Amino acid sequence: MFEKPLGMRDTLPELYETKDHVRSSIEEEMKRWGYQFIETPALEYYETVGAASAILDQQLFKLLDQQGHTLVLRPDMTAPIARVAASKLLKDDMPLRLAYSANVYRAQQREGGRPAEFEQIGVECIGDGTVSADGEVIALMISSIKEAGLADFQVSVGHIGFVQEFFREILGTEERANALMKFLYEKNYVGYREHVKSLSLSSIDKQRLLEFLQLRGGEEVIKLAFKLIENGCGAEAVRQLRQLWETISDYGEEASVKFDLTLVSHMSYYTGILFEVYAGSVGFPIGNGGRYDLLMQKFGKTTGATGFALRLDRMIEALGTLEKSEPVICILFSDERRKEAFEIAKAKRADGMRVVLQDINGVNNVDACTNKYADTIFLLGSAGRRPSS
Amino acid sequence: MSELVTVAMPKGRIFEEAVELLRMAGYRLPPEFEDSRKLIIDVEEERMRFILAKPMDVLTYVEHGVADLGIAGKDVMLEEERDVYELLDLKISHCYLAVAGLPNTKMNDVAPKIATKYPNVAAAYFREQGEQVEIIKLNGSIELAPLIGLSDRIVDIVSTGRTLKENGLVEYERIVDITSRLVVNPVSYRMKDERISELVERLSTVIEGEAVRQP
Repeated sequence: MFEKPLGMRDTLPELYETKDHVRSSIEEEMKRWGYQFIETPALEYYETVGAASAILDQQLFKLLDQQGHTLVLRPDMTAPIARVAASKLLKDDMPLRLAYSANVYRAQQREGGRPAEFEQIGVECIGDGTVSADGEVIALMISSIKEAGLADFQVSVGHIGFVQEFFREILGTEERANALMKFLYEKNYVGYREHVKSLSLSSIDKQRLLEFLQLRGGEEVIKLAFKLIENGCGAEAVRQLRQLWETISDYGEEASVKFDLTLVSHMSYYTGILFEVYAGSVGFPIGNGGRYDLLMQKFGKTTGATGFALRLDRMIEALGTLEKSEPVICILFSDERRKEAFEIAKAKRADGMRVVLQDINGVNNVDACTNKYADTIFLLGSAGRRPSS
Repeated sequence: MSELVTVAMPKGRIFEEAVELLRMAGYRLPPEFEDSRKLIIDVEEERMRFILAKPMDVLTYVEHGVADLGIAGKDVMLEEERDVYELLDLKISHCYLAVAGLPNTKMNDVAPKIATKYPNVAAAYFREQGEQVEIIKLNGSIELAPLIGLSDRIVDIVSTGRTLKENGLVEYERIVDITSRLVVNPVSYRMKDERISELVERLSTVIEGEAVRQP
């Protein structure tokens, strides 16, 4: 056995077919929405793209180039695309709609069960700060997932700007808001509630902070959120969420969407509406996305952007059944009938069939060969004679 | 029919208290529940499946989503730092993490050694104290380590202090209080929202009631 580095996986033919099928159905949908696919290099500079990406430093694969610069294997696609968009594509002040399907790399130290290299398919809508753009990427994500054949999934939408403003208004300082925010990042609601109780706040404000954890559900969450805020802090964010709900309803996709204002992301570049998507049978989100208006600044452009990425490996896990691969026919031929075999193969291939041409002299075990293929045509000896077994 | 939820339960110390709590919250668990040697127990009438795991492994099952919910000690959660939601303090299995060692001893100046089942927690604690220590990971009977000279100190959970005392060890510092927590997988938290919210509500009612009775 030749071992592979931790978290690296092979894609064998059957899985490849499935991946290919899922990938192309998603890609086709993205293209139908007018998104243009691009590719970026697998290696980027650590100091620029590595630092701009939101992946933890210890998860980056790093290496040195011949001049001693530190490089990273791209841990996500959003930062590289922001780099390309800022330096090359954003010229005529028009929203850009870009898409990608690419492998990204995140080192795993703890255990197996999680790949260190996996494919993401996603889009970035750059240069459009409207809620319409947020709605568009969510609707496109839903539509792509449906195109891939997945029915049982749910999108949870939050707003990081709302959380930040709401906490800052009640707690007064950025520092105290961040302390509370940390509990949300750690998903530690017990710690959150204990921390709130320990704060020197009015009982009304404490109650507001505790009720914040309940802001999860359907359209009604918007009303609840409006009730919780005071002095207009966070109102703009809630208005955006309401507009988003209307937008998604106009797309007819509201059945797949729920609000969860407690949702925060380890992707620290998000600034506004953000979301995750889950499928029933998979223990991890199958995709996520959101608005990242400040990331473009790191590459010298002040413009808004939003996007999402779906994880192909988890999509396939959610879909469950492996795609039955197309049947392959085998033509076993001997020298005498080689030309005939080639002609038949050519004709069948022109009809879209998958045909293997196999010289009988290259096969030791004819039975194993015939078992491997859906059908086998023997073109052996002189014309019209069956092979002697 | 409501969705099936899978709960990872820790075998051992916490298990019985957790089962009692679930019963008090009105979940009809069969009487032979505790005595079973099965690793998977289906409770069809509650649409629940329980899996019985090592306490250290409960979080792994929940993080990977093969269990929706789990009951785990805060000690394990601090050690493992898994990506799960900590929804509820069940206020059962009270204990604490502490530094202990032989009485009237000082730690070695050059390379103080700490034996523990919780290498991450121990390392973080001594780092905070500004002390450079070497951690030795053990899997049980941690009290042995200072007795036979493997380490200067141990970091371990203490519930009554009896084990320490019987082995002639004393507690030096208390690190953090521990109780058991209800944890949930982030996907299940959204996809099985209703069932999980109901469980949390029923358990909270019991826990708060208990808190009133035993102030």
